[in-house]
Amino acid sequence: MIRDQETLGQLIDGIARFVRERLVPAEAELAETYNIPESIVQDMRDIGLFGLTIPEAYGGLGLTMEEEVLVAFELGQTSPAFRSLIGTNNGIGSASIVFDGTEAQKQRYLPRYATGELIGSFCLTEPDVGSDAASVKTTAKKDGDHYVINGTKRFITNAPIAGTFTVMARTNPEIKGARGVSAFIVDATSSGVTVGPKDKKMGQAGSHTADVIFDDVRVPAENLIGGKEGEGFITSMKVLDRGRLHISAVSVGIAERLIDDALRFAMERQQFGKPIAEHQMIQAMLADCKTEAYAARCMVLDAARKKDLGQQVATEASCCKLFATEMVGRVADKAVQIHGGSGYIAEYAVERFYRDVRLFRLYEGTSEIQRIVIARNMVKAAS
Amino acid sequence: MKILVAVKRVVDYNVKVRPKSDGTDVDIANVKMSINPFCEIAVEEAVRLKEKGVATEIIAISMGPKQAQEQVRTALALGADRGILVESDEDLQPLAIAKMLKAIVEKESPDLVILGKQAIDGDNNQTGQMLGALTSMPQGTFASEVNVADGRVSVTREIDGGLQTVNLSLPAIVTTDLRLNEPRYASLPNIMKAKRKPMDTFTPEDLGVDATPRVKTLSVEPPAERKAGIKVADVAELVDKLKNEAKVI
Ligand SMILES: Cc1cc2nc3c(=O)[nH]c(=O)nc-3n(C[C@H](O)[C@H](O)[C@H](O)COP(=O)(O)OP(=O)(O)OC[C@H]3O[C@@H](n4cnc5c(N)ncnc54)[C@H](O)[C@@H]3O)c2cc1C
Repeated sequence: MIRDQETLGQLIDGIARFVRERLVPAEAELAETYNIPESIVQDMRDIGLFGLTIPEAYGGLGLTMEEEVLVAFELGQTSPAFRSLIGTNNGIGSASIVFDGTEAQKQRYLPRYATGELIGSFCLTEPDVGSDAASVKTTAKKDGDHYVINGTKRFITNAPIAGTFTVMARTNPEIKGARGVSAFIVDATSSGVTVGPKDKKMGQAGSHTADVIFDDVRVPAENLIGGKEGEGFITSMKVLDRGRLHISAVSVGIAERLIDDALRFAMERQQFGKPIAEHQMIQAMLADCKTEAYAARCMVLDAARKKDLGQQVATEASCCKLFATEMVGRVADKAVQIHGGSGYIAEYAVERFYRDVRLFRLYEGTSEIQRIVIARNMVKAAS
Repeated sequence: MKILVAVKRVVDYNVKVRPKSDGTDVDIANVKMSINPFCEIAVEEAVRLKEKGVATEIIAISMGPKQAQEQVRTALALGADRGILVESDEDLQPLAIAKMLKAIVEKESPDLVILGKQAIDGDNNQTGQMLGALTSMPQGTFASEVNVADGRVSVTREIDGGLQTVNLSLPAIVTTDLRLNEPRYASLPNIMKAKRKPMDTFTPEDLGVDATPRVKTLSVEPPAERKAGIKVADVAELVDKLKNEAKVI
């Protein structure tokens, strides 16, 4: 938690500079090798990027929501695979423990998440469980002072490098919905845990997802997050708003980067005797992009500030996620259009970002799910 | 061993500066300001000396407007132990800065004063040398390597056509060149901790220095814009033009 403008300014400047000097120059290599160089990972650890949201008492920075989105705007200025590496430790991979973990669980895991020594992944999605997330089929059966976990988790970000998995598993088969689901912290080295091959994805090369298979994995009962059954799903929902605002902010950052790239290109590229930036139809695209990105930035900041004031922002967070992620899709499309044929060629970053940003409309709740949340909340509030 | 490091607040090196329309100065309204890159190298060197166990305390000092405390904080985040701000809204010039540094040197008795060889705004390259003259401390300017041992510092200097190594008795002054080291990024937790490190504030008057500018800037102009080139038909025409039009051969 910073809460003073000068220190916050220094923090944001520090991150902006790191992004500009270290990450942006490594984008092309990342895209080609599908791998973040170890020296960069170490730098990310050294400057403390893995602990942005971990409370200060456990070695993190304990950023407020507003501070976090300001940081995410900056992280958005480069390939989102870099952010994805630190994304789980700062979000779904640590949040269950931050919110509801016992003191012992916090002491054991949070300091190592904050330094990046340990990567935490989050396992909710399954082959048959996606948007209807509360229908988790993975089971956890009590056996003495252990639970035995069985099931398959799908598309798990950072699974290949994870040291721990936060696993959503049904502890009570009698209760069909969310209340039958509990959260466990499972060490990746536990016997019976298998991480599948890395998924081949459309974009965000260098960020990895994979299946995680739990086959009779025995987990000590003390690894039940919060020490109480039936709380796991409810716990994971507590980080939803935060995660959605974070992704919204990253989308804004990337939109701004794309606008920069497109503008620079448009001012240099000449056709019909003048820079294409002087042709009105190109100008219209630039102006529309700028306007939408600015609108999304304002939305995200407004919702983040409300959240810091303790207000309920479920609706606002979904509005932000819906608008910002769709917006960055439109901006990426126009950025490619402004680049003409070059926009289809991998030498230009817009080609990559165009594929990278497609993900944002799919995870942390699809656009359809956001619309459902918004409309349901509207009806509920009015009735 | 105690090290004093000077850091200057300058326009960030990524900013393309423009002269004000009336040509009196560079326009720095709403422009991003940072620590001078050479000063950052100076801080890094001091921190490395501390990490090696050679130095025990690092004091970072900046002179300038109140906002220059941001640059002191940056130095604290990079590893300096405490800060000093000499606050003045005057246009502080090298001689005044050197005099104020001398006053601080007398107060703090550092064993080593490390400064950037120049700042990227004024490009004066004078402060370290002036401080040397005022204090009679030996100086090693344009350092590309610094080694401290047995009460002495040996400084490898980048000079025209090669390297020169000087061996100075402490206390001494070192000014940094670009290749001395590659400064680290301040870690985010250290940026937050910097807020809690002590910082003293003085005015030039407190230090008994008259900071009135001695040098007057007459005008500031952008470099002449490059004119469009021409194409020549062959080598003969090129040589002819170089000889008779450009008169360079
Ligand atoms: C790169 C990547 C990383 C991921 N990382 C993780 C991770 O770390 N941990 C994790 O647990 N999961 C992760 N996921 C999974 C992600 O959260 C899910 O893919 C997402 O929730 C959508 O679920 P689904 O893929 O099963 O799609 P489905 O739910 O099957 O949806 C298919 C389509 O149907 C629509 N739809 C579904 N229900 C409705 C409805 N009621 N009304 C209207 N339309 C509807 C959806 O919007 C979508 O268009 C990741 C996914 C990807 C691609």
